[in-house]
Amino acid sequence: MQKPGGQLTMLLVINSALLVAGALISGGSFLSVFNLQSMASQVPEIGLLAIGVMLAMCAGNGGIDLSGIALANLSGVLSAVIVSSFLSTADSGTAFSLAFIAGALVIGLAGGVINGLLISRLNITPILCTLGTQMAFMGLAVVVSGGKAVMVGSPALLSGIGNDMIAEVPISFLIFVLAASVVAALVKFTPFGLWLMLMGTNPKAAVYAGFPKNGVIVATYAMSGVLSGIAGIIVAARNVNVKFDYGSSYLLIAILIAVMAGVKPEGGYGRVVCVVLSAIALQLMSSLLNFSGLSNFVRDFAWGALLLTFLAIGRYDIAGFLSPDRRSQNPSVPVPQAPK
Amino acid sequence: MNASRTDELDSAAGPTRSFNFGDLVRRRPETITLLLLVAICTSVAIANPAFLQPSTLIDIGRASVVMGLFALGVFIILAAGGIDVSFTAIAAFAMYSMTVLVQNYLPNLPIAAVIVMATLGGAALGIVNGLLVHHLKVPSLIVTIGTQYLFRGFLLSFIGTVWIMSLPPQMGAFGRMPLFQIEADNGALITLPFYFLVLPVAAGLTWWILNRTLMGRAIFAVGGNADIASRLGYSLRTVHVFLFGYAGALAGLAGIIHVCANRQANPFDLVGTEINVIAAVVLGGARITGGTGTVLGTILGVLLIVVINSVLVMVGIPSTWQRLVVGSFILLAAAFFVTRQRRK
Repeated sequence: MQKPGGQLTMLLVINSALLVAGALISGGSFLSVFNLQSMASQVPEIGLLAIGVMLAMCAGNGGIDLSGIALANLSGVLSAVIVSSFLSTADSGTAFSLAFIAGALVIGLAGGVINGLLISRLNITPILCTLGTQMAFMGLAVVVSGGKAVMVGSPALLSGIGNDMIAEVPISFLIFVLAASVVAALVKFTPFGLWLMLMGTNPKAAVYAGFPKNGVIVATYAMSGVLSGIAGIIVAARNVNVKFDYGSSYLLIAILIAVMAGVKPEGGYGRVVCVVLSAIALQLMSSLLNFSGLSNFVRDFAWGALLLTFLAIGRYDIAGFLSPDRRSQNPSVPVPQAPK
Repeated sequence: MNASRTDELDSAAGPTRSFNFGDLVRRRPETITLLLLVAICTSVAIANPAFLQPSTLIDIGRASVVMGLFALGVFIILAAGGIDVSFTAIAAFAMYSMTVLVQNYLPNLPIAAVIVMATLGGAALGIVNGLLVHHLKVPSLIVTIGTQYLFRGFLLSFIGTVWIMSLPPQMGAFGRMPLFQIEADNGALITLPFYFLVLPVAAGLTWWILNRTLMGRAIFAVGGNADIASRLGYSLRTVHVFLFGYAGALAGLAGIIHVCANRQANPFDLVGTEINVIAAVVLGGARITGGTGTVLGTILGVLLIVVINSVLVMVGIPSTWQRLVVGSFILLAAAFFVTRQRRK
């Protein structure tokens, strides 16, 4: 069932092509260390959410996680409100940072577990469930913050996560890569990963094979929730403030990244490394368009066109035509109108 | 002819669980929505009698037109087992490009032609959706995310980003045209605008299509089980193109009404409200996996959302709670529908 690295090769080619194009257009300044750093620090938030979407999609049965960005904002907002009620940024910066990070992770985990329980125990369709929790999470963030931005401040540790570099690489990007590697390892080397993919391929067979179906679903959405929590921390670290409606376009972009990465919306296949590369490609493209002086709206237009192109590539196996040796191994199974 | 069609439908629906239980309790989902709506209205009216003033009711009616048109489009797609998030982009596209067109090139175009052209434009964009959904064979959620970006990006990069504050006169006049007027206690004149009529007409048309035409049968059959429907000879392509085209047409219509009602054309409007609309349709009892739902339920769902959004403040609940309340309602409704399904 493992698809060979056609998608991976293609994403690598696209990334390199974008870098070369950027260098040509900007006369080299696109590849300057500063620009690369600034691009790298913009990828993590959306990349983490996209990995969450990937996991949910892999679980199959119409799995999708629409609550990612809402949960990320909720983690940031709620954690900031709770922690600042007994700690102040000024007096104890490190304690505040640690408590904030722990809080955000726990809230992300809790939100993900709620999603997972609602989907597995109550059998609510994932899209409907995460639509509801998306509103509920966002609503809760509005309620606890009164609809205003919540000040997190910039204690040393947090602002370090948001702005500092280790060996010229932004820390937030390293966190992103680390989180992605952990998820990738979990998916690739543990029984959980195998269950997840097989369940996505054929849920009914998975049940008869005795997989712990509910456990796998809860674990999947819990992981997605934790990733949202990490995204919430990075958002807070980069922006000093957290607000309930931050990144409202991320909901759709995260899905876009996952689909561009070749994750099958009907379940059963997805690779973390492809999601990472596709998030980077999207960032490169959007910076490139900025460099060439085009507006953000052209970028939106290009993203839409890109997503549809990728869908067409997946559908008609154009990647297979380009590399003939892989052609037979990647049949595009016609999926008759998955219930979505 | 009629009998054979019914047989065909029964065999299409028989093997799927969704249709059987739909037959059993077809009328129940929107009853719950209605009860919820009545309960909310009653408690609000008790807590704050100002709610029952004609001005509040007319406000609610006015606020539900655009959302109601969107919801009808989403509902008909949902009934066939798909989902659409690009309708707001279609509406924004239709309304803004139409306004620009009228203002700059066709200043004397009668309002009827404006409305028809916006509707047709919306239908054309919808048909693009339908063809993509059919030929790419991926969940329509993902296709329409792509087209949402495509349409909106095209609108903002190539047509314009300027907020048009002064509409062409015929459009402004249409927005003000009264259906009837009431004098309030304080002497202010309250108007139910003429464009309100569009919603009942569109709802009636949608009901007719779904319940009185072969296309309606095909839509529910495809929503019940697309595979079986296609083996029975329904053309999935025709159904998809019709569905998305119809939803696009409703979105274009909603867009132009939105402009006339607000007396300004903001290209950044509307996009971002799609989740609310889908929530309304789901609260109205349409299952997100397709095959069920009624027009009446959809309208009730829209009223529920509009009422929640506009009256929470009147009973002293801060407006910050709106989203949490709506989100909880969705989860409750979803859980309720699922348990009902299990009981069967």
